[in-house]
Amino acid sequence: MSGERNDPWARFRGATRARIALGRSGDALPTTALLEFQLAHARARDAVHGAVDFGRLAADLAPLETVRVRSAAADRATYLRRPDLGRRLDPASAASLPAGDWDLLFVIADGLSAAAVQANAAPLVQACLTRLGGLRIGPVVLAEQARVALGDEAASRMGARLVALLVGERPGLSAAESLGVYLTWDPKPGRADSERNCISNIHSDGLSIAAAADKLCWLATEAARLKLTGVALKEDAPSLSGHDNHNNPRIGRP
Amino acid sequence: MAGYHRDLGDGSRRHRHRFDDLRALMACASPRRSGDELAGIAADSDERRVAARMALADLPLKTFLNEALVPYETDEVTRLIIDRHDAEAFRPVAHMTVGQFRDWLLSYEADGAALAALAPGLTPEMAAAVSKLMRNHDLVCAAAKCSVVTRFRTTIGLPGRLSSRLQPNHPTDDPTGIAASTLDGLLYGIGDAVVGINPATDNVPACIALLEMLDAVRTRFDLPIQSCVLAHVTTTIQAIERGAPVDLVFQSIAGTEKANAGFGVSLSLLAEAQEAAKALKRGTVGDNVMYFETGQGSALSADAHFGVDQQTVEARAYAVARAFDPLLVNTVVGFIGPEYLYDAKQITRAGLEDHFCAKLLGVPMGCDVCYTNHAEADQDDMDVLMTMLATAGVNFLIAVPGADDVMLNYQSLSYHDVLGLRHLLKRPPAPEFEAWLDKAGWLDGQRRLPPWPGGSDVVAALLASAAA
Repeated sequence: MSGERNDPWARFRGATRARIALGRSGDALPTTALLEFQLAHARARDAVHGAVDFGRLAADLAPLETVRVRSAAADRATYLRRPDLGRRLDPASAASLPAGDWDLLFVIADGLSAAAVQANAAPLVQACLTRLGGLRIGPVVLAEQARVALGDEAASRMGARLVALLVGERPGLSAAESLGVYLTWDPKPGRADSERNCISNIHSDGLSIAAAADKLCWLATEAARLKLTGVALKEDAPSLSGHDNHNNPRIGRP
Repeated sequence: MAGYHRDLGDGSRRHRHRFDDLRALMACASPRRSGDELAGIAADSDERRVAARMALADLPLKTFLNEALVPYETDEVTRLIIDRHDAEAFRPVAHMTVGQFRDWLLSYEADGAALAALAPGLTPEMAAAVSKLMRNHDLVCAAAKCSVVTRFRTTIGLPGRLSSRLQPNHPTDDPTGIAASTLDGLLYGIGDAVVGINPATDNVPACIALLEMLDAVRTRFDLPIQSCVLAHVTTTIQAIERGAPVDLVFQSIAGTEKANAGFGVSLSLLAEAQEAAKALKRGTVGDNVMYFETGQGSALSADAHFGVDQQTVEARAYAVARAFDPLLVNTVVGFIGPEYLYDAKQITRAGLEDHFCAKLLGVPMGCDVCYTNHAEADQDDMDVLMTMLATAGVNFLIAVPGADDVMLNYQSLSYHDVLGLRHLLKRPPAPEFEAWLDKAGWLDGQRRLPPWPGGSDVVAALLASAAA
């Protein structure tokens, strides 16, 4: 391509993060573009296979009380193959959870991006606390090898009426640190995805922590008032992130 | 039902592998994949897997006409398969076992004409069964003999050609961003199958805005292409009612009535959509107006697989597809994730199975050669699958800028990949689109589309014209 002043793509580049106008080496990608792609993929893979430092996360959340649990998936390979195990608590963990009477419980699950959880989970919880006066909020549950539905079992055991589950989202090449939140009223095992509200794409180039906290607290307040979450609540909510790939109807539930 | 069995070994090492019913036999005969293991129906040893294949090889093909894997009474896809079965077309292979059918498919006798005539006589379960006895290379060779040709503004699926879907997705459906990815792809000669956007927001006004933008690009450059916004079928029907320029109706489909209900569709709704789009008469060389996507694992994901293995239930989706004379069908093979297809070995195998079964059933199959970042796969693996599929005569491949879909957060093929395959294998795009490239003066003396020189007047003019 010619120099910046004559770049006919200039007006388009600002409109998309897509890898446009990469140039060609014959029919192939030029070396620079090839290696940039490999770097982005490597970071996404590292995010999937990395482990959350839950000790550091607990320190970031202090002085909030935290409880650590594991899912029934023993390791990452099992977690990736067996979504059913990632949705259930390990029996020893389940027995260790303190019972109580809470309006809202935060559960932080590593999900598919350790980096997202490490960077964004504690700031989001803290931003919510400053916005939520008067609610009784339980100890924050830190869950390893965990999927969204694990929050239902944890919250029902701990006596919470509403659960906000924060989870590392499947990384893309342009966003490896994206956090999602699933809000569920009257959590108990067997809840369907349609009974939750989702806020997606929370990261430095996506939805900001402040904007996500605003949405989450609005939804939590409405959920407590209407005593429900899911499709019925979503209809009245301010428009959520347009990049919600968890609800993408393309094929199955990725 | 007495069930099935196979004895292996001699004397004290003799072991009888039993399979309770036809579903269990099919599931155990399937190559190993994480989705069947997740469903608890996979063979629990490699020996048992081969024992199942040996029993399946001896099974008369006509068994599948008498024994439904999903009940006829409660599933409209089964009723479609059985009620539309063409016994006359089936006659040439009616006496064969599944193993004999494999041998015949690979024989010289089974040429393109014989396979085309046979298609209405085959059920998805027969295609799935024989695929389980085939190696990857068998799947390539048998599929390469089939051609399924469809038409709208271009002719897709002709022997010796390779078409492509240009997929210019954007995380917020920004029209300038989508136009940028579209123009970039056109400069690689991509888009002769369709320019198809997965919308971030599924609503009627947003869908219409995108359709009008794509139609403006098409008419401005007099391009022989068709466009599609891959919204839900009900959204597209409403867009048609409001006068939007709808070329193709898109829908994700699956292999059981319950799984389709999970997508919010039924056979009657698809028929209504096809009728509405055909009535617009926007095609110039044909009236194939439907575009379907499928993929192994979708039925299990919707808890609608009824104990049928994921490859067989996927093949049943092709019976749904062929009932509506689609222009395009593609499997989104690696999109669904490692709980269904764990790694590149499983993704590659599934892509070849899907293409083979669809072509055998007379479905115009393409493929999204792709993977997610939590699967054990990378672009090197996609290189293998795209080359095997192109050799097998796949109708079209999907391509996105730099292989990175910034909306759906997964990796497909890049524009470079499809162009490189066309040049390597000497497979030009659809004839109408190739003629446009020729007229525009974009092809060199060897019929290649070479790189644009820095400061190219053509590129500058195209972008300036599009932005105007």
